[in-house]
Amino acid sequence: MPRGYEPRLNRVSSRWALIGVPAASVMLGSMTVLLPAIAVYPLLPPFGLLMLLAWRMLVRDLWPVWAALPLGLFDDIFSGQPIGSAMLLWTLVFLVLDLFDRWMMWRDYRQDWLLAALLTSFVLLAGLGIANSAGGETAISVIIPQMLASALCFPLIVRICAWLDRVRWNL
Amino acid sequence: MAPPSPRRPGFSRRAQYGIFASYVIAVAGAAFALLLVLTARFDPEGHAVLQGLAADVTSPISAVGRSIVDGTRGAGKSVGAYVNAASKNEAMTHELAAARRKLVQADVLAVENRRLKQLLGIQSVDTKPVAIASLVNSTGSSSRRYATLSAGAGDGVANGLPVIGPEGLVGRVVATGRLSARVLLIVDGGNVTPVKRSSDGAPALAIGSGDGRLILRPLSSGTPAFKPGDIFVTSGSGGIYRPGIPVARAINHGREGTLARAMADPSRLDYAMVEPVYQAPAPPAPNQYDEAKKK
Repeated sequence: MPRGYEPRLNRVSSRWALIGVPAASVMLGSMTVLLPAIAVYPLLPPFGLLMLLAWRMLVRDLWPVWAALPLGLFDDIFSGQPIGSAMLLWTLVFLVLDLFDRWMMWRDYRQDWLLAALLTSFVLLAGLGIANSAGGETAISVIIPQMLASALCFPLIVRICAWLDRVRWNL
Repeated sequence: MAPPSPRRPGFSRRAQYGIFASYVIAVAGAAFALLLVLTARFDPEGHAVLQGLAADVTSPISAVGRSIVDGTRGAGKSVGAYVNAASKNEAMTHELAAARRKLVQADVLAVENRRLKQLLGIQSVDTKPVAIASLVNSTGSSSRRYATLSAGAGDGVANGLPVIGPEGLVGRVVATGRLSARVLLIVDGGNVTPVKRSSDGAPALAIGSGDGRLILRPLSSGTPAFKPGDIFVTSGSGGIYRPGIPVARAINHGREGTLARAMADPSRLDYAMVEPVYQAPAPPAPNQYDEAKKK
């Protein structure tokens, strides 16, 4: 289909789309646990967190630091963790990433991947600690496959984010 | 050139204060979140109310998803039935033979059971289920094993009620919303079920391990070791679960005890029954005449 003339300069993108698309994608990621399957083993990567990290690494000044709070609360509603767990941990992740931005002058893709894998593992471990303190008694070895799965999923999530990033400017 | 840091927005005071304020909000919010987490530890009932609300928000969404999946699964199954039909047929023949043997054993047991009950004078009371509902989703990314049940306080579901599937015990309700409830599965790491071996009644505790299996710990040290294949049913001690609900089948010996698999595989579960809390029958009242005579 031939496309008509679209001005590329001075194009005005919708403000709602610029903020809304990343937020909606993180929320959708948090809602993957609603997939109608009863899991007996924690293997599903925390897609909400992965989305959040991918956006934070692709577009550094997209979120203010407090953006992790409402998104974390949304994740807590769905995840089954004690409420407040993702709010706390995701905000900590954002603060750590801010520190990292200070230390590191240069960033590349592999570094981002490693950082995301480490931070996701930290969140999963701390989430396990929080869940265990609220009455659970799960061994650490149980969530190691989930950590690996999350690390392996990250490149895919970055791709999706990059695509969404293109989409949101054209909306 | 290194990208400019968004943390140093130049000389604009307004932008600098904005960034400072966002850090203040983030740290204050994190502190508030920490408080919320602590309520989960120190005020579980209050926290369960919050989680019940959350379950209410989520259950309609996944109920729709579940019905779609049920629809498509039927189509997939009928196609899949043709794949490897011969080997499946053979396997099923073997299973059928095994099942027949089991059925005969079960008949014998049923007769024995009836006889023993007559001997003891126990009347089996039919428990009426509080509600029958479907399990719609679970917390696949958390280390806790909760499932959402599509029935809530409006249907009579309350915290602490046992949930039973067609094949055995599923778990118990821990948070109730108006439309839905959260069920703590027996395979969750924080769930302990008093059980007994069905063959000889040797008491044990079935403790969830969080990875889909249960760990069986015998209550008394003199108990003969549990063998793979042993079936464990609820013992009814401690209340909540009525005795005789199948719980787990032992699979092998682990480092910490006998590993077992839950009889009711929640991933295959469609419907579950919420039953009233079991209360052990009170011991017979002491005969006052005898007591008086002793004095």
